[in-house]
Amino acid sequence: MSSVNYGSKRIVTGAGYGFRDWLAQRVTAILMALFTVVLLAQVIFTSGPIGYEEWAGIFAAQWMKVLTFAVIIALLYHVWVGMRDIWMDYVKPLALRLALHVFTLVWLVGCAGWAVQALWRL
Amino acid sequence: MLRCNRIHRFVIHFTNAFILESTHMTELARKRPEFRNINALKDLPTYRLPAAGIVSILHRISGFLMFLLMPLFIWMFDNSITSEISFAKFTAAFEIGVGFVPGWFFKLLALALIWAYLHHFIAGMRHIYMDAFHAVSKEFGKSSAVVTLVLSLGLTAVLAAKLFGLY
Repeated sequence: MSSVNYGSKRIVTGAGYGFRDWLAQRVTAILMALFTVVLLAQVIFTSGPIGYEEWAGIFAAQWMKVLTFAVIIALLYHVWVGMRDIWMDYVKPLALRLALHVFTLVWLVGCAGWAVQALWRL
Repeated sequence: MLRCNRIHRFVIHFTNAFILESTHMTELARKRPEFRNINALKDLPTYRLPAAGIVSILHRISGFLMFLLMPLFIWMFDNSITSEISFAKFTAAFEIGVGFVPGWFFKLLALALIWAYLHHFIAGMRHIYMDAFHAVSKEFGKSSAVVTLVLSLGLTAVLAAKLFGLY
């Protein structure tokens, strides 16, 4: 590694904040796993066939809305870290990588907004 | 472990396999083919990826697949919770289809999501277990990888049978 790491010599490739994202990916994973278990439990312990009322009822409870909202945000971050890893590994031209990063962010923020809107309309 | 997570590219799948094997290095091992500058078309089909490597690359593929199919996932979520009418639209997509797209196609897409979720979930739990308990031996890597593949594919098969009305 060059001793000069500023100006035009500054190394700007790579994530450079590995540990924070490594940890965040695990923390968000655990939250999403817990959500999966909670949702499955509610589906399994619902008596009778599950129609619209039963299904929407699961998400109508305020605590479930808050939990689902937190999971959507966790998912957003989790997927961002994962997708950025994929682009960093396989896409070398910087311009293309930047374009893919921007696409990923727009895609994810858009999806998260849609999911939150659907959730809070309930 | 930090590096294990960070560096996921194919090269690492390959070198890892060699590092693991190198504990049993003999003259025999030295005659193995060397893989440098891996060519996706020429080298990948002939390389025997260990179970852990298969789980690893499938973890990545399943994550990417869910990223691409995310709008479908949210479409299902949106329609299934919004109203009675949209719920009917949601179920009809699988039974009758939407526009010119037949219902079985939606079932296949849903099945792809189901597999991706199950594999990503189980492989992720394996990662977290390894991180938390420092379970990084060669033996555990292999056995847990096999368990991951059996569980994810088995559960996918069970849910596929349910989805296509076999029981």
